[in-house]
Amino acid sequence: MRSLQPEPQYATLEQQTETAQLGMWMFIATEVMFFGALVFTYFLYRTHYWEQFRLTAQDSKILLGSINQAILLTSSLTMVMAINFGKEGRQRLLVLLLLATALLGLCFLGVKGFENFEDYQSSTVPSVNFLLKSGYHPPTELFWVFYFIATGLHAVHLTIGIGLILVLVWLARRGRLSPNYYSPLEVVGLYWSFVDTVWVFLFAAIYPLGRAAT
Amino acid sequence: MSAQREPLLPYVVAWLVLMLLLGLSVLSAYLDIGIFHPIVNFGIAATQAAIIFIMFMRLRGRPSLKWVFAAAGFFWLLFLFGLSTVDYATRTGFPTQ
Repeated sequence: MRSLQPEPQYATLEQQTETAQLGMWMFIATEVMFFGALVFTYFLYRTHYWEQFRLTAQDSKILLGSINQAILLTSSLTMVMAINFGKEGRQRLLVLLLLATALLGLCFLGVKGFENFEDYQSSTVPSVNFLLKSGYHPPTELFWVFYFIATGLHAVHLTIGIGLILVLVWLARRGRLSPNYYSPLEVVGLYWSFVDTVWVFLFAAIYPLGRAAT
Repeated sequence: MSAQREPLLPYVVAWLVLMLLLGLSVLSAYLDIGIFHPIVNFGIAATQAAIIFIMFMRLRGRPSLKWVFAAAGFFWLLFLFGLSTVDYATRTGFPTQ
């Protein structure tokens, strides 16, 4: 194994790894505010149009949303296991788990695509085919605006994450990740789990708003 | 360099707890708990997020600068939520009918 040297501005590889992680944490802080503003808008309308939001949220596909959350939580587990195997130099397991994580990400997008098709069939897509059901009021459309913007932005983040994981697979196969240098694994792992966290909050905002018979 | 093997069990347990919380969140949707829905739903989501941050995003362990960076985003989020809430709470003519 060739000996690795840190980039000139760092004293050690450990310092380089720690700096890279702090950089990703800073990016995550900006993402918290990015999605936070969106969630605030949600709270605002949820508070003002309480009953209309509860009513129309019953048309969201809670089974598909739950399956997707299970998929993402599992992908966070496979990602963290991949990082561990990468640190230990177990290359084969590292590549396998990275591919599993990317595959789970693709499964999420597949389920989301199917869910969006079902949403379209139910005429809930604002500006495309939204139909106001009997007993519903116009603010219900705001719920679906939030739904499509939030889940769409999340899907963009997830797609970027899948791309990053495929880059990691490429690096691992070329022997560029080792117990001496695994910083890219840690950094992408942070991003992936954060995107998972975003879904956890979007799920809470969209699906379980109250489905008990009233 | 020989890397020390880190046990995987804590991560699997964290994953199981996360799945259990997902189940609870879905179950809560079908309970008639009125205005407590958002509190329960976002309470569960916050617990799940804390588990993901501590376990999967590796915030556990010795105090480090990562904690400051991780907390910073949520600290600024307080300003965003606080000031925006004050605006809408004191604004007249919202929502438009």
